[in-house]
Amino acid sequence: MSSSAQLPSQEIDISTSAISPLRNYSGRILTILSGVFVAAIVLPLAWVLWDVIGEGLKQLSWQTFIETRYPAPGLTEGGFGHAIVGSLIVLSTGAVLSFPFGILAAVYLSEFGRGTRLAYLVKFSCNVLTGVPAILCGLFAYAVVVRGSGFSAFSGGLALGVLMLPIVIRSTEEALLLVSPDMRLASIGLGSTRFQTTMRIVLPAAAPAIVTGLILALARSAGEAAPLLFTSFNNNFWSTNLFGPVATLPVMIYVFSKIPFEAQRQLAWAGALVLLVIVLSASVISRYVVHKTKK
Amino acid sequence: MTSAAREYDSSQDISIEKKMDTSRALDVGFVRLTLALAGFAGIILIWVILQTTEAALPAMQQFGLGFLVTTRWNPVEDIYGVLPQIYGTLMTSLVALVFAIPLGIGTAIFLTEDFVPKWITAPISFAIELIVAIPSVVLGLWGIFVLIPAVRPIFRAINQTLNWFPLFGGPAPRGNSLLLVGLVLGIMVSPIIISITRSTFESLPRNLRDGALALGATRWETILTVMIPAGLSGIISSIMLAMGRALGETMVAAMLSGNANRINVSLMQPGSTITGLIASQFGEAGRTQVAALMYAGVVLMVLSLLVNVLAELIIRKFQNLQQAN
Repeated sequence: MSSSAQLPSQEIDISTSAISPLRNYSGRILTILSGVFVAAIVLPLAWVLWDVIGEGLKQLSWQTFIETRYPAPGLTEGGFGHAIVGSLIVLSTGAVLSFPFGILAAVYLSEFGRGTRLAYLVKFSCNVLTGVPAILCGLFAYAVVVRGSGFSAFSGGLALGVLMLPIVIRSTEEALLLVSPDMRLASIGLGSTRFQTTMRIVLPAAAPAIVTGLILALARSAGEAAPLLFTSFNNNFWSTNLFGPVATLPVMIYVFSKIPFEAQRQLAWAGALVLLVIVLSASVISRYVVHKTKK
Repeated sequence: MTSAAREYDSSQDISIEKKMDTSRALDVGFVRLTLALAGFAGIILIWVILQTTEAALPAMQQFGLGFLVTTRWNPVEDIYGVLPQIYGTLMTSLVALVFAIPLGIGTAIFLTEDFVPKWITAPISFAIELIVAIPSVVLGLWGIFVLIPAVRPIFRAINQTLNWFPLFGGPAPRGNSLLLVGLVLGIMVSPIIISITRSTFESLPRNLRDGALALGATRWETILTVMIPAGLSGIISSIMLAMGRALGETMVAAMLSGNANRINVSLMQPGSTITGLIASQFGEAGRTQVAALMYAGVVLMVLSLLVNVLAELIIRKFQNLQQAN
């Protein structure tokens, strides 16, 4: 209490003797309770990290990265090298579909369409789209692509692209709004067109923050298994075919967690560690960048 | 601005005029491109809704609204209904909120009301951000191999002592259950409540708090009678968003619910959610079954859109109020 040496709390300190014990103690109990609540949220995180890192490190070896086929049931020979590549293929497809699209849409929202009804509509639907369950993005991609041409890495990329799009638009718009209006005015004053101003001045100035948002969008969808279960599906073997099913790390973890063989379980733990390291480091890095640009 | 420049140039030199024309065309084209893409982004949500509904249409025609109240899911006889899954989805979200609301609001208060110095709160808020980042499939894996064995004896003990109480009754629980899914979802969604509640508290005018303290309220009386009522709309919308997330979370439900296609009043028995049903059955579903699963997806979409649109409207109203002040 005394640590925040501001006026109001000092007044409380002076008056505590005058407060009835009941009010005093119930306050103290609530303070302790809120501390317990904090622990109830943070401790499970520590527990999860402890187990995933422990189990994952035990199973991880070069073999798991290099081998490009899952072990056959009952056997131990195999790894998830092809699942890492598959994840990369699906993720980059999603990025190619959503990044240019999202960035340009955000340029409209922040540069040309500020305050218009369309901008309001786009923001509203983006916010709602962010809340749409990831598995529905998978159903959408299934309805659009898989029904016609079967399970494919491309359809998985489409599902992840829909997932990423609202994040890309929102974070890019926020990044663009941080660019000082003076820079735009100066650029236009020197005779640049809006295109030149956006491309040469505004986008480069906002680049670090935009990239951070893109990394976050990638990180969030890198861990998604639900939309991939029936789009990119799964594959026991190496495949780089964009229009055929590929293995991905999240789907591998899900599938192997249900299989009663030890070798598969070990791969699932190792895959969980790899996924966790990728996703957590992405969010730590982006947090660091945001922190730095805000200063 | 650009057109004025163009007129000036055109009176001087024809070659510049030409160049200005191409750069002006580029400029107008660029603005139109961004406009078109923004417009497309605005209708993607509608496209997702329409496309999924269209794929579900055969099942909608075949089963009608009876789909919502049928308790059987039988691919052999092609009889489908999602009542157990609707029940499971609502129950797990409810359990998640029962845990996440006190945990979330309590933690938000703890982090904003400077009970402890900043060097303690900073790592805590960092840890809370990490919870959001953990892939749910990793949580599911951990749940299967670590959490279920850990809670099994606890669940059994509760089940034995409180067997008369419907929510904890039934045969000896094995661990995977709607209660367990709700617990994990509760941890997963509380960061949403924390971050929005926290920024709501921080945006409240300082003199509200000072006024209550000056009138002799203790710190907690200030929090409970002034801060929380003043920030209520922010808190409510955070709860709605958390509920939307809990409704749609898939992997945890698919891996920890037990995927039992029946309604158990007891939370300690296996159940199923809409998301879990879709995740566990879609890969090897036949044609009618795919349509039925799409229909289940539409039901989920309606539930989550309802919650999310409501949350969005509450947030907007709240923001407008703040700007008006």
